[in-house]
Amino acid sequence: MKYLTAVPGLFAASMALADQPVLTVLTYDSFVSDWGPGPAVEAEFEAECGCDLKFVGAGDGAAMLARLKMEGERSEADIVLGLDTNLTAEAKATGLLAPHGVTADLTVPVAWADDTFLPFDWGWFAFVGLAGKEYPTDFKALAASDLKVVIQDPRSSTPGLGLLMWVKAAYGAEAAQVWADLADNIVTVTPGWSEAYGLFLEGEADLVLSYTTSPAYHLIAEEDAGKVALPFDEGHYLQVEVAGKLAGTDQPELANKFLAFMTSPAFQSVIPTTNWMYPATAVELPKGFETLIQPAKSLLMTADEAQAAREGALEEWRAALSR
Amino acid sequence: MARRAVALTPDWTGWLAAALAAAGFLAPMGAVLWQAGQLWPTASDWSALRFTLCQAVISTVLSIALAVPVARALARRAFPGRGLLVTLLGAPFLLPVLVAVLGLLAVFGRSGVLNEVLRLSGLPTVSIYGLQGVVLAHVFFNLPLATRIILQGWQAIPAERFRVAEGLGFGPWAMARHLEWPMLRQVVPGAALLIFSLCLTSFAVALILGGGPKATTLELAIYQAFRFDFAPGRAAVLAVMQLALVGAAGLLALRFAGDVTGAAARGRVVQRWDLGTWGWDALLIGAAAVFLLAPLVAVVLKGAPEVVELPAAVWKAAGVSISVALAATVLTMALTTAIGLLAFRVPKLELVVLPGIALSPLVLGTGLFLLLYPVIAPDRVALAVTVMANTLAALPFALRLVLPHLRQAVADHGALAESLGIGPRVWLGRVLWPQVRRPFRFAAGLTAALSMGDLGVIALFADPDRATLPLQVMRLMGSYRTDDAAGAALVLLILSLGIFWIIDRGGRDA
Repeated sequence: MKYLTAVPGLFAASMALADQPVLTVLTYDSFVSDWGPGPAVEAEFEAECGCDLKFVGAGDGAAMLARLKMEGERSEADIVLGLDTNLTAEAKATGLLAPHGVTADLTVPVAWADDTFLPFDWGWFAFVGLAGKEYPTDFKALAASDLKVVIQDPRSSTPGLGLLMWVKAAYGAEAAQVWADLADNIVTVTPGWSEAYGLFLEGEADLVLSYTTSPAYHLIAEEDAGKVALPFDEGHYLQVEVAGKLAGTDQPELANKFLAFMTSPAFQSVIPTTNWMYPATAVELPKGFETLIQPAKSLLMTADEAQAAREGALEEWRAALSR
Repeated sequence: MARRAVALTPDWTGWLAAALAAAGFLAPMGAVLWQAGQLWPTASDWSALRFTLCQAVISTVLSIALAVPVARALARRAFPGRGLLVTLLGAPFLLPVLVAVLGLLAVFGRSGVLNEVLRLSGLPTVSIYGLQGVVLAHVFFNLPLATRIILQGWQAIPAERFRVAEGLGFGPWAMARHLEWPMLRQVVPGAALLIFSLCLTSFAVALILGGGPKATTLELAIYQAFRFDFAPGRAAVLAVMQLALVGAAGLLALRFAGDVTGAAARGRVVQRWDLGTWGWDALLIGAAAVFLLAPLVAVVLKGAPEVVELPAAVWKAAGVSISVALAATVLTMALTTAIGLLAFRVPKLELVVLPGIALSPLVLGTGLFLLLYPVIAPDRVALAVTVMANTLAALPFALRLVLPHLRQAVADHGALAESLGIGPRVWLGRVLWPQVRRPFRFAAGLTAALSMGDLGVIALFADPDRATLPLQVMRLMGSYRTDDAAGAALVLLILSLGIFWIIDRGGRDA
């Protein structure tokens, strides 16, 4: 019955820790969940900042951007954390963000020159399947095979959008044809990553669009070496997850401190086994990560290119798969 | 007018409750519409509208067409375990969408039981992905609801009428025409309307089982408009399109449904003398049970081994979900009572609450966010907003279930009570309550269970420390923990069914 009392109490402001400055970080929901990096990051940062670090979760990356736009200049957030490069151009265009001012030795596999957004982790998109089979090594061979694939909808999911950009970056004008050829391999399209991965684990598809790091979860957390990511010759599109500081923050000092902390080992070493992505700076990777494939070539459109390409690529995708 | 005296509450309470419910979705929608953005729907929005309408109509027609014979068989037959079966049949409706979809796939999917059997028998396999899958899932969700509503209708036909009809030498056709058809005409439009409205806002089911962008529903277009395009104005226009469809369907349903006939529900198997052999009824009940229960068995089998070792966060979330469900139930039933006591005289009042089922949770959530944000930090009101969203969604169900019985009770006994000059306490306690107790409890149970399972708007307001159970299931799935998610989903299923059973049971036994 303990929780019943929580309901009427909801409207009451929480008075706890009123004497400490509060740093509010707007992020995606899975970052703050009990299984994400949030709890460990909060404990580490609070131990050194003399502040209250408050995470506010808002759906996924795209939902977060929508939320930022809704909040506008009134936003109480000091930091926004978890956008990817497909969304940063639009986020920057809001004019709500300030330069991060951090210089860090980044290990992101592309040159990073953005002065507004600072990466905190990254990963290569890849198709993931069961180990012990022969798999195609590029999109064309995949389209020619009879393997069944489950992907995410680029209209509702960031990995789905990542795949769209991957095909576009690798094939340019040929992208529409690649999608048309892939159409009969695609079992279905899901609203988000969770549904697609769940379907794959249920055996509904041979392959799922995920990350090269996905097999590491099964290996490290479940001691199951049965999943592999497929290396593709075209190269692998990157997802770089970034954070930025809001210009309207009332805690600029703390916000700077947090961004610097974000590239420090205390934050970075939490990433691999909570977010299951690569850390953005050189920290030691947990045992098991050395078994993962290392794509020779990384693909990534700049934020502006991605923004410009999105609508056309989406229409090609929709047309090819609607037939 | 004589009914004034037996009206328990002054009219203004009913109007106030209806106004509150209407404001509950009109205000957020207005807030979204107020935002700038392209307003006119695009070509792909119109094709989304066509697909949405098409799948909703097919799903509704099939759900009802199957529910009528199943409800008839259940109404006619007594057998051990019937009560349990009727309760369990409600389960698909109460499951979180994704869990139900995974259950369905375990049976009908590419590597599901059905296709394994076909493969072993050397027969061609069948694909669930496409319009057929969307319809299958919607029938799976809604057949039980339709069956329950229609079953109540059947049980409301007094046994004496069947006896008299038997005495008059009615054959099965005459029986159907004079007793069963009038009841169906009364009950079916309302049930169809609820199901149609539910199917209209289907999003994840339609997309996952629809197999690709062909299966784009309005709800997905809304999702896209909000997130990547950030065109809230367009999202609001799409939501208005959804509501217009529901409104039109609502008017149509009210036109078809007449007034209830017959005395109040008795709640047991009506003794009938026109029963043939068991064969056909057994087949129907058996087939429905297998279709509805097999995916549930899959969910139970997958989740059971995980339940004991679930992380503490899951149990905490279960506590949060229970309190949300109870709060939503109390609020819903209070509004139902206030509106119901007015709506039995003002039939169209029911239409005021109807949009609650069909309003996109994303529009509702975003609108509430826009309204509340300037006033209070959204995460502080996350649960209050969830309670409100669940109440808005459950209110049309509750009112539809209670209203016909309320109307009947007043029609049967109102004039007599009036002429005897009995006071409101006697009228409520001795006359009204015994007549509406069953549907009232059923509606309350349904509300509670729906509110347990509903993910709705919580994701938008998510407060890290007060996640609901459905949100926690999604979080587990989102962090690769599929096994824990299966266990948590089973807990959710058990809690939803449990809370439904406890509340509904009192109505059936006493």
